[in-house]
Amino acid sequence: MAMHSITVTVNGSREYLDVPSNLTLLQMLRDRLALTGTKNGCEAGECGACTVLVDGEPVNSCMMLAVEADGREVTTVEGLARLYGDEDQLSPLQDAFVEHNAVQCGFCTPGVLISAHALLERNPDPTGEEIREALVGNLCRCTGYLRIIEAVQAAAEKGEVSDGPVYL
Amino acid sequence: MAQFTSDPVGKSVHRVDAVEKVTGAAVFVDDVQFGPGTYFARLVRSPHAHARVVHIDASRALEVPGVRAVVTGKDVDARIGLYLIDRPVFAGERVRYVGEPVAGVVATSEEIAVEAAQLVEVEYEELPAVFDPVEAAQPDAPLLHPDLGEYQVASFIFPEPGTNVSEHFRLRKGDVESAWPRCAAIVEGTFRLPQIQHVPIEPHGAVALWEPSGEVTLWTSSQSPFAQRDLIAQSLSIPHGNLRVVSPYVGGGFGGKAGVSMEVYAVVLARAVKGHPVKLRMTREEEFVGTTVRQSLVAHTKIGCDAEGNLLAMETAYYFGGGAYNDYGVNIARAAGYSCTGPYDIPNVKGDSYCVYTNQPIGSAMRGFGMPEIHWGIEQIMDQLAEQIGMDPAGFRRRNCVRTGDTILTGMEMPAIDLVACIDKVTEAIGWAKKGAPSASGEPSRTTPHKKRGQGIAIMWKAPAMPPNPGSSAVVRFNEDATVNVEIGAQELGQGAFTVAAQVAAQALGVPYEWVRVSAPIDTKYSPYEWQTVASRITWSMGNAVKAAAEDARRQILELVADHWDEDPDDLDVKDGKVISYRSEREQPLENMVVYGLPNENFEGWKGGPVVGHGRFMPTYVTNLDPETGQGTRAVVHYTVGAQAVDLEVDTETGQVEVLKIASAYDVGKAINPDLIMAQIEGGAVHGMSSAFEALRFDEAGRPINASLVDYRIATSVDVPREIHGDFVETPLEDGPWGARGVGEHVMVQTAPAIANAINDALGIRFNDLPLSAEKIFLALEERREEG
Repeated sequence: MAMHSITVTVNGSREYLDVPSNLTLLQMLRDRLALTGTKNGCEAGECGACTVLVDGEPVNSCMMLAVEADGREVTTVEGLARLYGDEDQLSPLQDAFVEHNAVQCGFCTPGVLISAHALLERNPDPTGEEIREALVGNLCRCTGYLRIIEAVQAAAEKGEVSDGPVYL
Repeated sequence: MAQFTSDPVGKSVHRVDAVEKVTGAAVFVDDVQFGPGTYFARLVRSPHAHARVVHIDASRALEVPGVRAVVTGKDVDARIGLYLIDRPVFAGERVRYVGEPVAGVVATSEEIAVEAAQLVEVEYEELPAVFDPVEAAQPDAPLLHPDLGEYQVASFIFPEPGTNVSEHFRLRKGDVESAWPRCAAIVEGTFRLPQIQHVPIEPHGAVALWEPSGEVTLWTSSQSPFAQRDLIAQSLSIPHGNLRVVSPYVGGGFGGKAGVSMEVYAVVLARAVKGHPVKLRMTREEEFVGTTVRQSLVAHTKIGCDAEGNLLAMETAYYFGGGAYNDYGVNIARAAGYSCTGPYDIPNVKGDSYCVYTNQPIGSAMRGFGMPEIHWGIEQIMDQLAEQIGMDPAGFRRRNCVRTGDTILTGMEMPAIDLVACIDKVTEAIGWAKKGAPSASGEPSRTTPHKKRGQGIAIMWKAPAMPPNPGSSAVVRFNEDATVNVEIGAQELGQGAFTVAAQVAAQALGVPYEWVRVSAPIDTKYSPYEWQTVASRITWSMGNAVKAAAEDARRQILELVADHWDEDPDDLDVKDGKVISYRSEREQPLENMVVYGLPNENFEGWKGGPVVGHGRFMPTYVTNLDPETGQGTRAVVHYTVGAQAVDLEVDTETGQVEVLKIASAYDVGKAINPDLIMAQIEGGAVHGMSSAFEALRFDEAGRPINASLVDYRIATSVDVPREIHGDFVETPLEDGPWGARGVGEHVMVQTAPAIANAINDALGIRFNDLPLSAEKIFLALEERREEG
């Protein structure tokens, strides 16, 4: 398998990696960088558990090759709190998920948070319908989604994007 | 500490695991790091539903560089199972479903393991297969398990060797034959449910390490670390003390991660490459057909009532399609048998519940454990009876539902519950009999004449279905600063078990909730015993054990301080982390003294020492039932009951159903954490709704045809109702912690029949078979249009 040297900015840190052509971005994050917050639920782009931001856009990292991320900025759930500068400070979205019990088993949560964050970045004041549509690719079997939708609305009210990401 | 919550029982405190889970820090089994010595495994699965295994040739697979071992049934002559030990680890001479593992490959990378697995050559000789449970129960059906009579079986399970019936439960009460002539209305029907899958977002995964010393460690995503240790140890003759099961957070279980499914393969494959961790992960496709599924059911049910609407008789036969191995499923059929009437007081009952082998994926525990399956038919018949005698369906249920102190179908006295209050709550919340305009958006009906609005109601009961004596244990120990570690063996699946453990410990100790930590991951080497995190038994059973451990620790503290102050322990209390005396009004903070004890006067020695409390709980009162009649003193520990009402509309042009609102109410005994109960109620309602539209589908050869998340759809964010109204009543359970009983499974049991009743209200059409696909509804409407 041909190897490629790539440079990817992950959660604000520049990473230099040699990766084979067929390594997915998900495998790169989990197996090479030990960023295991991003989950593997189907490896087919169907469940959304592996959602990350690439240059601010949500993508299923199982459906993207690591080489395609060369020169780009990747944000994972581990980077969400850091977007707010202080590492101990949760983002308004993370806070709202805790506050509203929008988390149960927690396996879909990282992907849901990333999709919701991307939504609030492009639409800081979404309707319930817009939130539902933005999360349609993130499957959750535990919560029934309503608390997730409420939490995203609450985060929007508090201003998920008001502080602005520190490095995007 | 920023927050300080005194007396947390009954309060909606935040989950102990929430921050870990929103930051990506929570560790699941696939996140555990094992380093470069890790090997990867892949299973070789049968392409046939029923076949003889003639020959396995692994030579080509073994030639692939990086392959370390291939293991087959020849290497592992072992069976495994919980209630009926019928499942070979690897198929021996026979495969019984498409997807049955016949071999496993271990390699240095997952990619190599996948490639090599395709090179294992297996020669099969096909056998006739059977898929329908009623057909499979006939005497001339192809026999799946000729050795059924030789399998080890629990004392309360009754297989019928020489047939495909792995369990036959009989319930006989009163005399149905003499009751039928007295009935003013009788409704009879056949109801069918397909196999469905749990679809946890985290697929099953396991890593095993077999040390050359004989010590074995298994990391799994498991609801049952202790039961896994027990079953695998027995199956592979490993001393229990040599087998350690470590189970980090579980990314959704719903019963699918109860008992043992794929985990045993990691262990037998690791035995072939001692000293190397072997990782086995299920693909999503394997998750659907190669782990476990909910059993199918064919129910023939007949129920009658008098002119006043009093239920008089019920006769039912439940045929559960148990799949190829029924090691767990037999107990689902048993549970369906001893609860076969649903939550109703019926004087004359004849019930037969069968678990039947079929050439399909393995049926096993799923949220509700037989109850969603049987309520599907019962709750539709109740509506039909009410209609025939001209009663309101909610009123009919109020009249007939089970009440405290009733002698229920097994002869047991019904423990305290209030189902009528649950019915009242949901009818009020849904606006019963005040049907709105047929439109989700509230547009007037004339603009949406093709939409029909309907309301439906359904009620339920469910008892924890388990052996009579499943135990829980707990340890509570203090740190120097008086923070507390609670050690339990119960698992956190998302339901909130860890949070409840912390609340119970804090309440019983008298310390703030924020001072309590739960020792995780669950590790059979360090965690105290817990049977399994199943049956909605944890808040009740583990809760009792944690409460007992905390009370033990509290007693040690009070006795020490009473001795120190020369007071009576009965005059002392622990409040907000301090010992206080109601007599002398003295105070002693717990800090330090809970580890170092207290000094005698002038430091003439010390008293006390590290405070460690132990607690346990096990029900001791459940009796076996008569095998001919199902009668006995105490069939189960208790029942949880509840009601749901649904408001929906059907698009008559497409057959699409949109559920607008679900109202649920359950009798939880005591809400330890009200918001966590609401979270279960909401998630369960959506799970129940989703289940009404789900089905695993197979071709005529028994090959699965929709084993992906695209072809097998579960509810998404756009499908869920705009509103889910949750509520509870609190009739204390005699032996629950503060009266609490479980509710985790109950919240989805009756959703599907409530939806079917609402569809009937909207269209006047009954659907006896799940799923409620748009196609099926559309075709039924077409048929009526053609007739009309």
